[in-house]
This record gives sequence, structure tokens and C-alpha cells, in this order.
Amino acid sequence: MSILVNKSTRVVVQGITGKEGSFHATQCQAYGTQVVAGVTPGKAGQEVEGIPVFHTVRDAVKETDATTSLIFVPPPFAADAILEAANAGIWLVVCITEGIPVNDMVRVKRALASTQTRLIGPNCPGIITADECKIGIMPGFIHKKGKVGVISRSGTLTYEAVNQLTNLGLGETTCVGIGGDPIIGTGYIDLLQMFEHDEETKAVVMIGEIGGDAEEKAAAFIKREMTKPVIGFIAGMTAPPGRRMGHAGAIITGGQGTAKEKIAALEAAGVRVVRNPAEIGETVKAALGE
Amino acid sequence: MNIHEFQAKELFAQFGVPVPRGKAIKTPRAAEKWAVALDAPVYVVKAQIHAGGRGKAGGVKITKQREEVPVLTKALIGKTLVTHQTGPKGRKVRRLLIEEGAGIDKELYLSLLVDRDSGCPTFLASTEGGMEIEEVAEKTPEKLFRETIDPAVGYHPYNGRNLAFALGLPALEKTVVTPFIQMLGNLYRLFMEKNASLVEINPLVITTDKQLVALDGKVTFDDNALYKHQDVQAFRDLHEEEPLEIEAGANNLNYVKLDGDIGCMVNGAGLAMATMDVIKLAGAEPANFLDVGGGATKETVAAGFRILLKDRKVKGIFINIFGGIVRCERIAYGVIEASKEVGMTLPVVVRLQGTNAEEGRKILLESGLKVDVATDLWEAAQKIVAMKRKRKRG
Repeated sequence: MSILVNKSTRVVVQGITGKEGSFHATQCQAYGTQVVAGVTPGKAGQEVEGIPVFHTVRDAVKETDATTSLIFVPPPFAADAILEAANAGIWLVVCITEGIPVNDMVRVKRALASTQTRLIGPNCPGIITADECKIGIMPGFIHKKGKVGVISRSGTLTYEAVNQLTNLGLGETTCVGIGGDPIIGTGYIDLLQMFEHDEETKAVVMIGEIGGDAEEKAAAFIKREMTKPVIGFIAGMTAPPGRRMGHAGAIITGGQGTAKEKIAALEAAGVRVVRNPAEIGETVKAALGE
Repeated sequence: MNIHEFQAKELFAQFGVPVPRGKAIKTPRAAEKWAVALDAPVYVVKAQIHAGGRGKAGGVKITKQREEVPVLTKALIGKTLVTHQTGPKGRKVRRLLIEEGAGIDKELYLSLLVDRDSGCPTFLASTEGGMEIEEVAEKTPEKLFRETIDPAVGYHPYNGRNLAFALGLPALEKTVVTPFIQMLGNLYRLFMEKNASLVEINPLVITTDKQLVALDGKVTFDDNALYKHQDVQAFRDLHEEEPLEIEAGANNLNYVKLDGDIGCMVNGAGLAMATMDVIKLAGAEPANFLDVGGGATKETVAAGFRILLKDRKVKGIFINIFGGIVRCERIAYGVIEASKEVGMTLPVVVRLQGTNAEEGRKILLESGLKVDVATDLWEAAQKIVAMKRKRKRG
């Protein structure tokens, strides 16, 4: 088992004829993902590595029964692309695009609330179920089927953690990059809940960073609902207040959103918070009693 | 992106939010001329820098004497102000806002920002105007009121009424209730139309002649939406930014200057922050945050080196790359070429992990370059800190 995506997930790639879109669509396909369609308005009839391209998501869904979308559309058009996918009945939208205006996402988030569509991201590496299905830009080969679920606001830092898990022979179930923007579709809590109910997942790694209070909210949830061990890391202990650290959402404002506060909240909820990111894997191993 | 108070007030006026009569000037002569035109009972002279706490630092002067205005201007222009937000180096004052003073009856606080949790624009208001809002939130949270706006339907007068009554405005001054409700609508329009990430008025005052006026103004814009607004881009003041950060931005690098002496260059923002943290754990201080992006190339590494080398404090460089889509052997070649190009003289530790990491490390070791290579993150951090210390002694 896994969460959200598996080998039978049918994926449409929006923005498939672009440089990023075509490269990663091919990479996902090579990993074993069923990439059944691509969308670029005005380019229907073309193919990208054997993947048929459609003008609209609606056409793609009608012809291929795609249920999940992966978005590589540039920032000015990404909000529109997410809404198009939702309108076409796509169940899960994974948006990789970085740099979408916050106010665009304000409207998107509100609009999605009245649909059945779940959004992952934006500004994220995507989602992968090890050895089954990769919907994103992460390097597939570092993942190995196993027992740890991963949730992260970051990209390469997630790869760092995954690599440790794989090297220690623990492996992963599903890894989800939730995105580094201030407004994201799916947060920690929904995913923690899914991992709690997923039989194969025995522990969850949660990688957070400065900014906002999502980690604090997750801590309250963990304390209340999680029976599986949660191992955490919060990046940005040394980040100065008021400065945006790369990710649009990684900023300490008015003394709120510091790593210190987040670590304290998580530890109070029983999360094993690692100070040194090089020790994430070992800490999971210890938590599992291995 | 941050802007000056006088620019924020220009925008306020444009959106129908009342502000004092005022003008930004750069010289005592211009100040003298404007003071004559203003012809006010009280003049306020305010230093324009991108930092709060100007009043306490002596950057705001008030006078009833018109002749005093150019004198105060002369004293303030060119002065370096150090506030709790500028850091010890302070900021040089290049412009002043000279305004008509107002008789203040009551000071309020008002701001608008996106609440990350609900994903909705949210007004914050308080009766404790003039105070730092963080302090109000901490000490007297019962005096802080919130009103969330549903972005699907936008601002409606009931939103304004909710806040007006919560603040007790009708009891304070009945005549300002309607202007207050209108002002909130105008601020919401400004916020959404111009892609602001923060609009703050502190204090928003009720004057002795029962007018509602934005006595101060702060507006911050969403960098991701600047492409939509030429007028907002024109507000950018490069004097207020760190030169190295401007150069990094021009090279599409994400760089934030810090105070330590270990420079770091990393692919990905989260890993870059984690790398800073690891440097600290290993016993040193990071000199910067630098994310060269997912697809680090020879060019980005070279640009990164140049920026790190310009920071005179940097005593050692830690390159931490997790090769995903980017292959490590290409990074290795990039580091070698970039080192030669910039004439690297500082100790460098390169930690490569991920795709073709072993090959990358081999290439670096055989390059004859004075770089140390590492596999493990912790090992790499300890190495660079040790190398820096050794160099200091030697």
C-alpha cells in the first residue's frame, strides 16, 4: 500500500511540450508511471515520446481517463492550469511550478475548496510511491520500497533524507513534497492522517522549515491522533528574521515562525526532532527499534 | 519587495485612502520651498529608509516653525540611522518626507495580509495604535481583532462593520465609522490589484477634527507578481538593498548575506538552510544563504564563487550539492572550471551526493585543485570548519 498514488495512477502532464515538461514526463514514464496524456493548448495531435498531446485537460481526460495531473506550466499561467484540471474532474493535481503570485493562489485555494480536487504544491518536487509511480522531478533511483512515509516542504533536503532512509535499508512508502510557498494545496495534517491509516507505513519523516505555523498545527494533530512514530527536522535554525530564505514561504515575520518554536511544539507532541540533518535516517531506525 | 513610506502613501492616495499632505524631498532648498507651499501649523520631517523604528532612532522631527524645516532637513539628510531593524551598520538617509502635522485624538492599528492557514486575505486591527503589533498580540491579544475576507466574493461592508464595532469605533467617534468601512474596501482593492503581501497603517489616527488619516504606511509586494506591475517595479530603491544580493539576483541566484565566515553554496532552498544549520552545529557561523537552484551549472557555480569571494569575511567555502537530475560529475567539472576562472584561494570543501557522486568526487580529487571532497553532510561541515581554523592559525 501507499498513499494517493500507485502503479495504476493515470497521469496527464500539463505543459508537456515545454523543455521541463517533456524531460520530466519522459523521466516519470521511465520510472514506471503511467503517463497517459499531455496537454499544451494548440498542440493536439502531437506526441512526446509516444505520449499523446491534447489541447485541453477536458479532452485528455475524455480520451485517456487520466485522474491525476502534473503541472509544468510557467508561473503566470499556472493558476489557470490548476483550475482547468479541477474543472476537468482531475482528482489529484501536482503543481511543480515555482513563483506563482500569492494572490493567484488565494483564489485557487478558495475555488478548490468547493471541488473534489486535491492539490499538492505548488513549488514542490512532487509525489512518489517508491518503485511504483513518480509524479514529479525527484531523482527516482534514490527511492526504494520500504516502510517510511515522508512529508516535506523542501526539494533537495527531502532527497537527502530519502537517500539516508534507502541507504539504511529502511526504504519509503510514499514521499510527498508539499511545497515551499506560503499557500499550498495540501498540508502536513491530511498526509499524516493518510500515513497513519496506511498499513505499510511504519514511521513518518516530517521535514519543515521556518515560516508560518503549519508545523505547530501539525504538532497538535500528532499529539492527538498519531500512533506511529514521527521524526522531524526543521531547517532554518540559523536564518535571520524578516529575510526570505529562497522559498517564498520561508520567512520569520514578527518573531513568528522560528525554527525554535516549531521544534519545541513538535517535541512537546512527542516527535523526535533531529538537530543535525545528517542523522535523520539513524533516528528513524532507532525509533523503529531496528 | 519593500517600498518607502512616501511611496506607500502615494499608493494610498491613489486608492482613496486619506493621508496627510506631504512630499518627498532630497535637499534643504527643496524642503524650504515645500514648507512654504505646505503652510501648515505643524511640520513633520520623516527620514525615508526601509526600516521601522525611525522615530526612536531620531529619524522623525516635528516643528511648528517653518524656518526650522530646512534646518532639520540639513541635519537628517546624509545621516546614518541605526534602528532595531537596520542592523548595526544602519541606513543612510537620502530622502525625507515632509508632511503637515495632525492633531491626534486616537491611534489605531490596521493591516492586511494573507493568512497562511486559511489562505485568505485577513485584516488585523487594534485599538493600540503606534505600538508594535507583535507586542500587542503577545501582551494584550484581546485588543487585536481579525477579519477574514472570502476571496470568492471580496470585501463587503459587513467586514468593515465587524471590525468597526469590535474596535468600539462608534463609541469613540461616530463620524469616522463610514469612512473606516470605505477605507478597508479601498485597502483590499489595493492589496489585490497590486499584489501586495502586506499593507500596514500604524498608526491610523482619528484627528482632533474627527478625520481618519493614515499617519504612517508600509506596503510590501509579492516578488512573484512584480512582472504584472510596472508602476510597482519603479518603486524599487537599490540603495536599500545589499549590493551582493543585487548581483546575485541579476545572476538568478538566491542569496542572503549573513554575518559568519563560512560561505556556502547549495542546490535547493531547504538544503541550503539545513547546510547553514549544520555549519553552526559544527562550531562556525554561516556567511550566507545561497541557493544555486536545482540545475547547478558551471556558470551558476562561477557566479556563486564570485559573490562569496566579494564578502571579505568569508574564510572558507562549503559546496553542498545533492545531484538529482543534475549529475555530480558535471558539477565537479563546473567547480574545477569556476575555481580556475575566479582564482580560488580559500579552502573549499565539496560534498557531492546523489547521481554519479562517486565519479564527481574522483574528478575533483584528481584535478590537482586544492579542494577537499566529502560524501557525508556532517563530515563535510566538520572539515570546512577545521580547515578554516587551521588557516587562521597558520
